[in-house]
Amino acid sequence: MSEHNQQDQHNQHDEHDQEHHIVSPVIYGTILLALLIFTGLTVWMSFIDLGAWQIAPGLTLFWNPVVALAIACTKMTLVVLFFMHVKYTTKLTKLTVASGFFVFIVLIGMTMTDYFTRAWGRW
Amino acid sequence: MSDSTSTASGVIAEVHHEHPSYQRHHFETVDQQFDATNFAMWLFLLTEIMFFGGLFTAYMIMRNWYYPAFVEGSHQLNVGWGTANTAVLILSSFTMAMSVWSAEMRKKGMLILFLSLTWILGLAFLGIKSIEYHEKWVKHHVPGLHWSESSFLNPASDPEVYKEYHDKPLAPDMAQKTAEYFFLYFAMTGMHALHMIIGISLLTFMIFRARQGAYTTGHVTYVENFGLYWHFVDIVWIFLFPLLYLISRY
Repeated sequence: MSEHNQQDQHNQHDEHDQEHHIVSPVIYGTILLALLIFTGLTVWMSFIDLGAWQIAPGLTLFWNPVVALAIACTKMTLVVLFFMHVKYTTKLTKLTVASGFFVFIVLIGMTMTDYFTRAWGRW
Repeated sequence: MSDSTSTASGVIAEVHHEHPSYQRHHFETVDQQFDATNFAMWLFLLTEIMFFGGLFTAYMIMRNWYYPAFVEGSHQLNVGWGTANTAVLILSSFTMAMSVWSAEMRKKGMLILFLSLTWILGLAFLGIKSIEYHEKWVKHHVPGLHWSESSFLNPASDPEVYKEYHDKPLAPDMAQKTAEYFFLYFAMTGMHALHMIIGISLLTFMIFRARQGAYTTGHVTYVENFGLYWHFVDIVWIFLFPLLYLISRY
């Protein structure tokens, strides 16, 4: 009984970082396979004309780059979560990684909204 | 050398914990030391995200400005080599992840094997990259050093690319802008290759250290954090590949 209590206390004490988590080779192998399949998929899709979406006269969204970047983002997420162990890491590291991507999106987002809207209404 | 501290009740307590030799004294536990260095490594990677982020942003803006030039410039890249290099780099990321696992499991032989495989795959990537760079040099597609716009003013003069894409001749002012595409191509893949060269140098050092048994004592921080760097470089390529090679076919 007392042993059980001690165990409980121990668990409470370091709930955020238990033992150093070791990711198994099975997971690494699965991720490798997924990454190779996504690579094949993105190459295959690039040979197909996926068409475009005419949002407004003169403003067109081409699907090929959208799909290619979506696949790239999926691959990146797999690498970050499993190869880079972010799924198993502390909240501090998770927050750090998230803030990094957030600032990157601000960089891209703010810059592109500027360039896309300079000629707004003049096309 | 023992640390001592006085508690609130005035009792002097000896608190020199038993700890492995690789644990620095200012850390409470090995786990805390690991988390702190892991956090620091990620902070470094954030600066890297912003560094490559600037290049990616420049690419997106230039591509929007000089779209026809970027499309025809991109047609000069070989999708086969690009795909091969992507596969090589993903495989090297896997072997790097397995190196971390081997260090954690304290398997010295496996660690040396996987680090060496990562090293070889890294060199294979640079080898394929140098074949591509050589082709750019031969075709006068290196802006500022060995440059000519003739492939874009007269696409039929380059039969291999022409039979696949049937590109139309660009107007002289747009043909000039293909230099912007190749400038960004060399800046981005070159910076990526520089990161690979640094990584391979560190790997060489690590293979020697691993042979001395440095990382199989339970102290995996160095291998783990180098793995983060290597995977980051892989992620940069995961985005470079579609942006430079793939999205200009349609």
